[in-house]
Amino acid sequence: MNDLMTVVDWSRWQFALTAIYHWLFVPLTLGLSVIVGVMETAYVRTGSESWLKATKFWMSLFGINFAIGVATGLILEFEFGTNWSNYSWFVGDIFGAPLAIEGILAFFMESTFVAVMFFGWGRVSKRFHLASTWLTAVGASISALWILVANAWMQYPVGMEFDPAQMRNVMDDFWALFSGTAVNKFFHAVFSGWALAGVFVVGVSSWFLIKNRNREFALRSAKVGAWTGLTGMLLTMYTGDGSAVEVARHQPMKLAAMEGLYKGDRQQGLVAVGLVNPGKRWDNAEDEYLFDIEIPYGLSVLAKHDPDAFIPGIKDIIEGVEIDASGDTVNTVGYAERIAMGKQAHEALRAYDKAKAVNDKSAMAEAEKSLRENYRFFGYGYFDSVDEAVPPVGITFYSFRVMVVLGSFFLLLLVAVLVGLYRKRWFERARWLQWIALVSVPFMWICSEAGWIVAEVGRQPWTVQDLLPTRAAISAVSTATVITTFWMFAAIFTILLVAEVSIMFRQISKGSKTNLNS
Amino acid sequence: MTLELLQNYWWLLASVLGGLLVFLLFVQGGQSMLLGCHDNMSRDLIVNSMGRKWELTFTTLVVFGGAMFASFPLFYSTSFGGAYWLWMLILFSFILQAVSYEYRNKMGNVYGTRTYDSFLFINGCVGCILLGVAVSMFFFGAHFTVSKGNLLDNSSPVISSWVSTHGFEAIFNWKNLILGVAVLFLARTQAAMYMMNNITADQGFFDGLKRRVLVNGGIFVVFFLWFMAMLLTSDGYTVVSDGTGTLTVEQTRFKYFHNYTEMWWAGLSLLIGVVSVLYGIGRSAFAKHCTGGIWYGGMGTLLVVCSMFWVAGYGDTAFYPSLEDPMSSLTIRNSSSSKFTLEVMSYVSVLVPFVAAYIWYVWRSMDRKKLTPAEISSTDHKY
Repeated sequence: MNDLMTVVDWSRWQFALTAIYHWLFVPLTLGLSVIVGVMETAYVRTGSESWLKATKFWMSLFGINFAIGVATGLILEFEFGTNWSNYSWFVGDIFGAPLAIEGILAFFMESTFVAVMFFGWGRVSKRFHLASTWLTAVGASISALWILVANAWMQYPVGMEFDPAQMRNVMDDFWALFSGTAVNKFFHAVFSGWALAGVFVVGVSSWFLIKNRNREFALRSAKVGAWTGLTGMLLTMYTGDGSAVEVARHQPMKLAAMEGLYKGDRQQGLVAVGLVNPGKRWDNAEDEYLFDIEIPYGLSVLAKHDPDAFIPGIKDIIEGVEIDASGDTVNTVGYAERIAMGKQAHEALRAYDKAKAVNDKSAMAEAEKSLRENYRFFGYGYFDSVDEAVPPVGITFYSFRVMVVLGSFFLLLLVAVLVGLYRKRWFERARWLQWIALVSVPFMWICSEAGWIVAEVGRQPWTVQDLLPTRAAISAVSTATVITTFWMFAAIFTILLVAEVSIMFRQISKGSKTNLNS
Repeated sequence: MTLELLQNYWWLLASVLGGLLVFLLFVQGGQSMLLGCHDNMSRDLIVNSMGRKWELTFTTLVVFGGAMFASFPLFYSTSFGGAYWLWMLILFSFILQAVSYEYRNKMGNVYGTRTYDSFLFINGCVGCILLGVAVSMFFFGAHFTVSKGNLLDNSSPVISSWVSTHGFEAIFNWKNLILGVAVLFLARTQAAMYMMNNITADQGFFDGLKRRVLVNGGIFVVFFLWFMAMLLTSDGYTVVSDGTGTLTVEQTRFKYFHNYTEMWWAGLSLLIGVVSVLYGIGRSAFAKHCTGGIWYGGMGTLLVVCSMFWVAGYGDTAFYPSLEDPMSSLTIRNSSSSKFTLEVMSYVSVLVPFVAAYIWYVWRSMDRKKLTPAEISSTDHKY
């Protein structure tokens, strides 16, 4: 069991490492492709040489970033098989269709037209080139579809039923995969890419202004970047709100962990700033926070759009306590009961398998009936204690706040930059704002990564919510093997990241010294 | 549509993707020539010719993997989780490739152009050989067992288990390596043929490519014939029904030879494919100025690889034989997705001709103007 848990932990670390590196590059690709598309459209419409130069400059940065994003993305897809092979079997049937769509529609579109984007100047017409640039942007966004639909499905598994004969889930409703959770997640991720790329473009343009180089180019780029960033940020916030509602509905334990909330209430406030008490457990009487500043009604409004709504805490969820709209306490299925039902589902599946081996139809039917009654908590059957079903609270709590605080800061920053660009162009002279925009750029990545940490750490210990914990999703490889590949990935990704950042800096520096104004 | 028909259809699509992938490995073949190339302009021409197609090969690999995951998830689960090191080494080599084209000539790339060229060389050699090894396991089997009941074993809930070497045993199996080497030299041959078509340079460069076609093509033919001789004389595994619905997997002598003779269309595809590849090699190597050899080679490669997939998967054949427990062997019947999923994906696959059409259109538009040393010297975006 210890060795099993070590393999699980290292497999999780490896997947987290790959995902975190991958997400360093993907949002910039998603957003920069749109910004380049806007600039090239301006070039084709106006014929202006300055737009062409701007397009080519940002396209060169897009190319540098695109390559390493492709590399890390390849690994993510195949790690489902190499490190999470049980998962691949258990739910592989569900992902077939979105994966087919993504492969056929998005991957080929992206890879075909990106070549035209880089090498098509002078080889194809202006309009064909522009179409290729936009098709690359569209392909890049659709490329995110499968992984985000898959991710959303893991958090809210719908559109399938369990087939005991094959011991796996099979899809029975394709459209159910595009649930509210999936739609919110997809647009939240894509628009956050616009926001990140917008902040990046504004930051680099600010550096040009600070250095007093290519000022016209910098102001033009900052405008496109700020508008794209602001649009992306507003839509990210809108879809983030939708995501919070979905989490409250389908993953109340994650929401409770995000808030560090153990005992919930109606009119539940939201902790704006606070320190969670590391000694707090669901079954002891310690305080939840070492200190906190709360926004009254905040969590009820955020999660249910109703200031009176009851939000359960970790202890409530474990004990199966809920308060309904009229204020009465009602019982839901507590975690001890879920574990019992999960074990019953396991027993029923065992009985089904035995009956099938001797073709005992009536025993099979009886076992299947019991299985269906208990299947919704199948994953709890792997646990011996309710403690195993509680996610890490501290990291989820802090990551959520990092994401929200930084997101709000960037919203204000982008508004300020836009105001500065349009009101007597004071942004051109506001050194302090240029410096803030420049220094802020890395924090946008922290904001973006923090969002994923909330989503992924907060849903632990599940690979598939309530059905498959991480410990039952892995491959039968040794701990030493996974540790070796973890460090191999860590080394190679870091080596390549160093090169990527270095090339980016040199490319920006080189661009600033050439005439990009006209 | 019946489940069987859908399984056959998706195996057909997987075979076409596999065939296209092997054809597109000419990119890796070109990369494998880099370290032997001491002239800077020649190296730049190779890199920039291959570099404009690398995403297509990469994407085809990803889509091939994705299609197998989607249509035959038990294969994906068993092979990737089991032959861990084989797939990891393939993936590592492709990570190196993905960045090397873009970074090799950029200022500030930290490690220098030669390092990135070495990465491309590693991907060129290792990628081809190991993909060949992975395909060879479709015929010569692997050391794994599948027991779905393990899902309920709380201490070790993994359904597929593999020998502890986790793929190294496959890499060092000489039978698998024969196909790996054949794939490498096929890729090198096709790379030379592609460059004859894609690059306009001096006669010396062109003659050098002709020599490469001849030498690499010759080595490829030797290893390919060796592999085919092994394949046609080796045993395979057949799924047999006892008439009561119980299925068993039995070892069958000369299984693949019988499959080729019983499935005449697979044999015909193999024959036409081999002739086409040989014609492409012959024309490219011996005709005075043939630049179209790549199309004969490519079409032939597609047909040969498809025929190999067909004899591996059709005719009640186990396409992933287990050498530990024949009953664990994977077939297109026991490893596929459900009828519902295959059906939904089949509707999506209607778009394939449209995708193929735009890829072809873009390929033609981009390759109409040949790559020249002058362009390499003057372009602002080169690899």
